[in-house]
Amino acid sequence: MSENRTNECYDVIVVGGGHAGCEAAAAAARVGARTALVSMRRDMIGAMSCNPAIGGLGKGHLVREVDAFDGVIGRASDAAAIHYRMLNRSKGAAVRGPRIQADRELYRAAIQEMLAAEPMLDIVEAEATALDLSADGATVRGLVVGGSRLLHAKSLVLATGTFLGAKLHFGMENHAGGRVGERAATAMAEQLRSANLPMARLKTGTPPRLDGRTIDWAALEMQLSDAECWTMAARTAQRQNPEVFCAITRTNTRTHDIIRKSLDRSPLFSGEIQGEGPRYCPSIEDKIHRFGDRDGHQIFLEPEGLDDPNIYPNGISTSMPADVQLEFLRTIEGLEKVEIAQLGYAVEYDYVDPRILGHDLGVRTLRGLYLAGQINGTTGYEEAAAQGLVSGINAARFAMDMPAVKFDREDSYIGVMIDDLVLQGVTEPYRMLTARAEYRLRLRADNAMTRLSGAAQAWNCLGEEQQALVHRRAAQLDRARDAIAQRVTAEHAEASGIVVGQHRETRALEEWLKLPGASVAALKSAIPDCADLDDDVLSEVLEDVRYAPYLERQATEIARMSSDENIRIPASLRYATIPGLSKEMVERLEAARPGTLGEAGRIPGITPAALAAMLVHTRRRAA
Amino acid sequence: MALTGDDGATIFALSTAGLPSAIAIIRLSGPLSGAALEALAGRTFEPRRASLALLRAPDTGEAVDRALVLWFPGPATATGENMAEFHIHGSRAVAAKMLELLDNLPGLRAAEAGEFTRRAFLNGRMDLSEAEGLGDLLAAETESQRRHALAMAEGGLARQIADWREQLLAAEARLEATLNFSDEGDVEEGDERFALDAARHVHSEILKILESPPAERIRDGIRVALAGPPNAGKSTLFNALVAREAAIVSPTAGTTRDVIEAPVDIGGFAFVFSDTAGLRDSGDAVEDEGVQRALRTSQQADILLWLGEPADAPEGSHVVILHPRSDTPDRVAKPEAAALAVSAKTGEGMDALLSLLLERAESMVPREDQLALNQRQRGALRDAASVLETATVGDWILLVETVRRSRAALDVLSGQGGVEDMLDALFGRFCIGK
Repeated sequence: MSENRTNECYDVIVVGGGHAGCEAAAAAARVGARTALVSMRRDMIGAMSCNPAIGGLGKGHLVREVDAFDGVIGRASDAAAIHYRMLNRSKGAAVRGPRIQADRELYRAAIQEMLAAEPMLDIVEAEATALDLSADGATVRGLVVGGSRLLHAKSLVLATGTFLGAKLHFGMENHAGGRVGERAATAMAEQLRSANLPMARLKTGTPPRLDGRTIDWAALEMQLSDAECWTMAARTAQRQNPEVFCAITRTNTRTHDIIRKSLDRSPLFSGEIQGEGPRYCPSIEDKIHRFGDRDGHQIFLEPEGLDDPNIYPNGISTSMPADVQLEFLRTIEGLEKVEIAQLGYAVEYDYVDPRILGHDLGVRTLRGLYLAGQINGTTGYEEAAAQGLVSGINAARFAMDMPAVKFDREDSYIGVMIDDLVLQGVTEPYRMLTARAEYRLRLRADNAMTRLSGAAQAWNCLGEEQQALVHRRAAQLDRARDAIAQRVTAEHAEASGIVVGQHRETRALEEWLKLPGASVAALKSAIPDCADLDDDVLSEVLEDVRYAPYLERQATEIARMSSDENIRIPASLRYATIPGLSKEMVERLEAARPGTLGEAGRIPGITPAALAAMLVHTRRRAA
Repeated sequence: MALTGDDGATIFALSTAGLPSAIAIIRLSGPLSGAALEALAGRTFEPRRASLALLRAPDTGEAVDRALVLWFPGPATATGENMAEFHIHGSRAVAAKMLELLDNLPGLRAAEAGEFTRRAFLNGRMDLSEAEGLGDLLAAETESQRRHALAMAEGGLARQIADWREQLLAAEARLEATLNFSDEGDVEEGDERFALDAARHVHSEILKILESPPAERIRDGIRVALAGPPNAGKSTLFNALVAREAAIVSPTAGTTRDVIEAPVDIGGFAFVFSDTAGLRDSGDAVEDEGVQRALRTSQQADILLWLGEPADAPEGSHVVILHPRSDTPDRVAKPEAAALAVSAKTGEGMDALLSLLLERAESMVPREDQLALNQRQRGALRDAASVLETATVGDWILLVETVRRSRAALDVLSGQGGVEDMLDALFGRFCIGK
């Protein structure tokens, strides 16, 4: 790493050291591009600004997918994890979500260490003040930092999070700022606005941090870390830190009364905050307002670190004034004597309408400019990291004159998210949910590597260690699949623990595995020569067998859908000239500029009739 | 979707059935509708207001008819295009002259079947289920067809589907809330039986609707086949029923060698009568083929009028045994098993036969308060039902996928859908978020 070079030329510059920026910089460097990561503060690179947790439902899938591309988020999670939970353990493998609590300091240190180890990556500590564009404003040439220093680059990834035009709200007070104690990126926001990128406001919030030493833990229900030994990243050999417990408490009617009588002092309700907030992460004042009949809301008390007394009270994000925050907190069981370490607040920030992006996350009208993370209207570390990966790979490929690559909806949650963003845009901060994926029986957290390592290798994203792991795992999977194709007797199956019922015939082991009693242990017992295989490999094979009939049907659906995906819409198509499209449809189609009829069909409000009209029109034009 | 073929021309069609009649309406749709109106009526008109106008041939100035005309500028019209209507006197000569004049105007052509509806659909003026209802409406030739088609276009089916969707959506939202947010919200864990109950309920309701008689019977008519041995008088009775000489009647056995069909309106119901070849082993190849066709027609008929010996009659509740040629002097008396003695020649029993047919017809077509479903709609409902049938508890993800797929099958009919609908339902009902 070096700074102040005389001739600073890069392939890719990444602006922002959050989860999107770090993943983008690491990916670009891995792919082979000379990369610079520009951050206002070197020491804050890899900071977790909200919840000290990574993963969860849908989000855990994203982490595993980024990990399959040898990304940093999964390994950093394991390096920092102090509490593990597999969500939905009892509800089917396709919706199981691995989630960890992280020690903030360990996480930041792990990220910084991994970035330092990338030979192609430089860290530049400076404020990005302006994009350097070609004379016609259509191509990126570099970045101006600190007002005058010019860094040349062929492509640029903006991953500025909430820092663009950000405003913090503490009760009725507000001031410019990206994160508490840090500056907003105001100059850059102004330039983007003047470059005619469509921008709007969103809002998000964070709860007060509590001093754990003032909490009555003994009064509360404890939540222990999972006893199993799974990890977030495939490469992590074993868990590395001591594991801590979380605790659960609830708000009550007294809490609600205090909040209700102070609603006029909340910027959310006074009209001070205009930006739309996420429906799935409402502030406590919002919950009480919208679900007034409920007498309590759950709060998870999550430690922020091993040596950190701060506690993150998950479930009570708020922007009420300081006195109200303390007053309502002290009505809650276990928190009667609590002290606040850091007030909760809301942040309003600019985002760019992601419909101006292609599936490579490049701005269609500005060659070489890529956007990733919260700037695209998403929320969450995992969503940010996944976009960082996609933008990093594509920015590097652009700089190296290689064609863009696309993540498909049917292969990954990453593909689902990108497709949703660039076609539908956002109306609230976008969060990954398993329900967003049409093919979620295929898209499991446990088979991310199987699904994606082919693409990861083809796009040159894997380091040596990951490469070796991919080969080892593929070989194991082959052996396991060969083994379950073998025919075994009913007695043999029964002896392994499978409930064979009336069956007495000899059949393939995979048929037996569809019956009750099938488990990793049963599988191991049935095929002793595979006992050396990893449990997670056997478990993946088992889940494949279980969902096989559904997967086959989905494969047929995907094939049928792909006929619409193959009908290309010319980039020059003027939607306003197509008879029968409403003004609203024309606006949406112009904003997203779908590349195929299939993509057009996923834009909200585009009816089958509209698709038919588009089809007719393009056919007629072609004739 | 067969939605191509729109060439941007202005189309016209006589949109009332049957001439002569008191009034006949000619509709136009397309960019030149206004120009055509002006060319024939000699002036422009106020939008959406009926005006009286003298219509003249544009080339000769010859007066054609004094008519009511209407001008509807697009896009707020039935087809989304400019439209015009001529309400002319319903004589064949006037209608033929008008159609000829319109056809001679540049940029105008006669509409193809269903083209008005197709344009309305293409222009986003109706969703698929409305389009089908309206398509049937435009093709409706009888009063009861018109009433059913109207109910469909006004959203009878759409309302029912919306109700099912709502039930499935609620179950789906609750499943998804638990799957996606069980760790971070006020979501009851519970078991998933509620979703199974909802799936079973909607499943049984769909099956009930599927049991109602198909819409095709209303639109295409109730199929009545006349069958029996050669020379039983099938063709004579057929001609009496359809009131014209459609089938060749001769005393030579085996005259009717093919199946002859005739649509007839009796008491507001559409019937299609088929006269079949006499059932006998003839050794004549052509006639044998006719006999084969007769057998097929008899099997497909909604009502089979059997004119032979009661003992030889095919089995089935759709079979009505007649005692034909009751006027023949040396004819035996009506056997016990025969429902009616009829004579096409004297008219004996003919009124009774018509009432019998009407009575049967009423039970065979959907009542006006029942939903009439066409084949595509039945197909989509059957898809939804067959998906719902597989719903089981045990694996949440499979259950929610089942509910979601069944909802998607209903979405095909209403043209709505997507994950946003489900998320709206979810966030509207559950307080979610840490």
